[in-house]
Amino acid sequence: MNNNEYIIEIKNISKSFGDKCILDDVSINVKKGEFVTILGPSGCGKTTLLRLLAGFGTADKGHICINGEDITNVPPHLRPVNTVFQRYALFPHLDVYENIAFGLKLQKVPADEIDKIVLKVLRMVSMTDYEDRDVESLSGGQQQRVAIARAIANQPKVLLLDEPLAALDLKMRKDMQIELKEMHKKLGITFVYVTHDQEEALTLSDTIIVMNEGKIQQIGTPTDIYNEPQNSFVADFIGESNILNGRMVKDRLVEFAGHQFDCVDEGFGEDTEVDVVVRPEDIYIMNKLDGAQFTGKVKSCTFKGVHYEMFVDSDKGYELMVQDYNAFEPGSEVGLLIRPADIQVMHKERICNEFEGEVVDATHVKFMDETFECEEITGFETGAKVKVQVAFSKVDLIDHPEEGTLSGLVHFLIYKGDHYHLTILTDDGYHIWVDTNDIWDKGDLVGINILPKDIKIIKADE
Amino acid sequence: MKRIFAQCYIWLLLIILYAPIVFIAVFSFTESKVLGNWTGFSTKLYSNLFTGDMQGTGSLMLAIENTLIIALIAAVVSTLLGTIAAIGIHNMRGKTKQAITLLNNIPMLNPDIITGVSLFLLFVFLHISQGYLTVVLAHITFCTPYVVLNVLPKLTQMNPNVYEAALDLGATPFQALRKVLIPLLKPGMISGFIMAFTMSLDDFAVTFFTRGTIGLDTLSTYIYTDARKGGLTPELRPLITLLFVGILILLIVINIRQMRNSNTEEK
Amino acid sequence: MNKRSSWALPYAIFLVLFVALPLILIILYAFQDGSGNFTLANFTKFFTDADAIGTFALSLEVAIENTAICILLGYPAAWILANKKYNRSAVTIVLFIMPMWINALMRTLATAELFHMLGIQLGKGTLLVGMVYDYLPFMIYPIYNILNKMDKSYMEAAADLGATPWQVFWKVQVPLSMPGVISGVMMVFMPTVSTFAISEFLTNNKIKLFGTIIQENINSSMWNYGAALSLVMLVIIGMTSLLQDNKKEVSGGTV
Repeated sequence: MNNNEYIIEIKNISKSFGDKCILDDVSINVKKGEFVTILGPSGCGKTTLLRLLAGFGTADKGHICINGEDITNVPPHLRPVNTVFQRYALFPHLDVYENIAFGLKLQKVPADEIDKIVLKVLRMVSMTDYEDRDVESLSGGQQQRVAIARAIANQPKVLLLDEPLAALDLKMRKDMQIELKEMHKKLGITFVYVTHDQEEALTLSDTIIVMNEGKIQQIGTPTDIYNEPQNSFVADFIGESNILNGRMVKDRLVEFAGHQFDCVDEGFGEDTEVDVVVRPEDIYIMNKLDGAQFTGKVKSCTFKGVHYEMFVDSDKGYELMVQDYNAFEPGSEVGLLIRPADIQVMHKERICNEFEGEVVDATHVKFMDETFECEEITGFETGAKVKVQVAFSKVDLIDHPEEGTLSGLVHFLIYKGDHYHLTILTDDGYHIWVDTNDIWDKGDLVGINILPKDIKIIKADE
Repeated sequence: MKRIFAQCYIWLLLIILYAPIVFIAVFSFTESKVLGNWTGFSTKLYSNLFTGDMQGTGSLMLAIENTLIIALIAAVVSTLLGTIAAIGIHNMRGKTKQAITLLNNIPMLNPDIITGVSLFLLFVFLHISQGYLTVVLAHITFCTPYVVLNVLPKLTQMNPNVYEAALDLGATPFQALRKVLIPLLKPGMISGFIMAFTMSLDDFAVTFFTRGTIGLDTLSTYIYTDARKGGLTPELRPLITLLFVGILILLIVINIRQMRNSNTEEK
Repeated sequence: MNKRSSWALPYAIFLVLFVALPLILIILYAFQDGSGNFTLANFTKFFTDADAIGTFALSLEVAIENTAICILLGYPAAWILANKKYNRSAVTIVLFIMPMWINALMRTLATAELFHMLGIQLGKGTLLVGMVYDYLPFMIYPIYNILNKMDKSYMEAAADLGATPWQVFWKVQVPLSMPGVISGVMMVFMPTVSTFAISEFLTNNKIKLFGTIIQENINSSMWNYGAALSLVMLVIIGMTSLLQDNKKEVSGGTV
């Protein structure tokens, strides 16, 4: 039965709380002994996924197997996994020894055996001689070590870690990262680690799973994820990046920021709209203008410790972030150059808003639960199901939610060099994407209007 | 100057507030029938109280016994009921939580007389003959909300993951309750128990309406009936004094304990 | 998770049976005559009986006066107790709180005995003084609690912005301590307006309060009229509790 190399198999897991979908058809396979990190912003579903693995909660759909055994409906105390909780969850009424021995005592392990195991795991987390201490008298870092010791004392096949370092200060976090990595090597068991800290994920993991809005965005090694993000969300979430709209002219030639660049990507077709990612450290900046691919004017320059971070207005009006070891004076003319291998071309997830709609009458169409006025509809009868398209730049956002046909809030935003690309979540739970030059902040409440002439009605898919 | 004025105000208020009890205590050591008439030092009233060498002390002792037993049963039952309820309420959301919290608050907000009358009508309506059982049920009704109120904050303070951590380490839900949840809720349960116990001891109105006509007396109803017959029976003076001293000691112990607790928490 | 919310089920049933149903019964009985027919007679009887209305008015008056006196005496006391400059000892606080733990009947009897000993004629005056004796701690405790927990930086900020100590008190401390005062009002006004027994002892049965009338009617098997009177009192109590926000924090907790 157990003939596969995967210790954890998550198959098509979905989960909703009320009408909010937290996990949407998630499938993951984890190899034995791997250090896997689930990375994503808060509310992306990563903690829910971990809790399903631990057994705190049940999935609406799908299966979870550990070691080839289906454990979807097994209660937490019978699962071969142990968890290190976010805020440790040490038992405050027990001392360090009793905390670590808790699981072993429940398994009726003989006392001298328990002694040996407790001492062993305490040594492993460098906390020997602390066994009689009251857990509340320990520092955050020490509590963290005890929490890890308690979880590994049960000798789980998989160790689940739910943002275990989030409550520690920066210095402590860095030290613990190194120790965790070593501990993983020594124990040889599978670690599933949840965090929203991209740097932590890049440092620790063998494999990173990037999640957003209940969906897996990308699975890959840290270098893959950093160098070849598959979509603009991953690019924006991992590290600093310039994300721009582009057009694949043909294989190995891409146009963005008003210029054409050689690149290494193929197979996008000709004249295809794409997203382009360039990391700020991959843009070469120099004083001499000849030999540069394009020019720009330095707008600001800030020292960041190792490098300088500069914002440069390009000759075609795009704002780019550039990092370099040398400082360039604001106001100075500079030359810019990007090497083909440093240009990451990605498919666009969508090129315009598309909704399922219904024709109300000759000049009205209903979509997103709201009736919009549109230009005279030809070719569709009243009540016909249609597809409605609205260009990103044709959605008008206004300050006062009550004055819009729809209202919603700014859910996510990316700067694309010369405009912002916003994801708006409407009050009824629909997403609508907007290109705008106006400055909005995440969480702003907005009204949404669409002019009749900008609503395009086409035949619905079958 | 201001300090002296403030101190004077506080102590003056305390002296006035405690004057009646102090007089009762002083005159508990004399045999005089009327307060204010000192007929020489004597502990006869105390010995009367304990030996029952007076008219009606038999039923006074019985009333004290009833009071303690009823308070004990009510406190134990409401501590159990309230703790389990608090865990349930803590895990509730939305409308049901609001509804049950509202119902839980009613006995605390309602004046005793309304609680008493309403329960009286309930027992009449259900044709339950009133006596010991109805008094105990009534006491549980107004005691449990205080237990819930004392346990709920402990649940909110508690790391929400400790229960799950216990399950994660292999405890069955029952083991997790016994080995983790209950020990952590114990302080709240104890203060809830103490509150319930004293609430029950103190109660007069609710007992009065639910005790029926079988002649069941608690200390409060005994004193009420006794006083209506004319003034304070001399033997009640030592009783009041003893209760006063007892509660004073209890409060000091509780306060010292609390201070110690908060000191260790600060560390 | 969801399973654990069902732990509240036994208590929910208990609450419905012993809290909700009895209150419904008060309403039911109030609108019935002795043989169970719907009637408003109980209310017309009350509103046309000058004696009953007089007692009702007197009860309200005594309760309001008692509450007012308790605020006037209690607020300064609570303020001094909460002020580290004037009071460092926990003993005084325990002393102020302790009477709350002693049987109210006993305290009332002791007070009545003292009046008696001092040769003071029992009447409305002694009733009020006795009530203040009984309920002052219930006013001091919540106000003390809120003043004690109050973040000192509010006061420092006000002083920093140029407020005199007097202005700090009136413009910052008093408004911020209002929830405590309201809690105190609830804990004093409600028991006073509904009291019985206590008034009998303090006035030697000369003055009857509303609670006494309810008790007399219930005891003499006039359940329907008694229920109607209780309903009137419930309305008063309900109106008072509107004073308080849903989030009350002071009345509970330990000493």
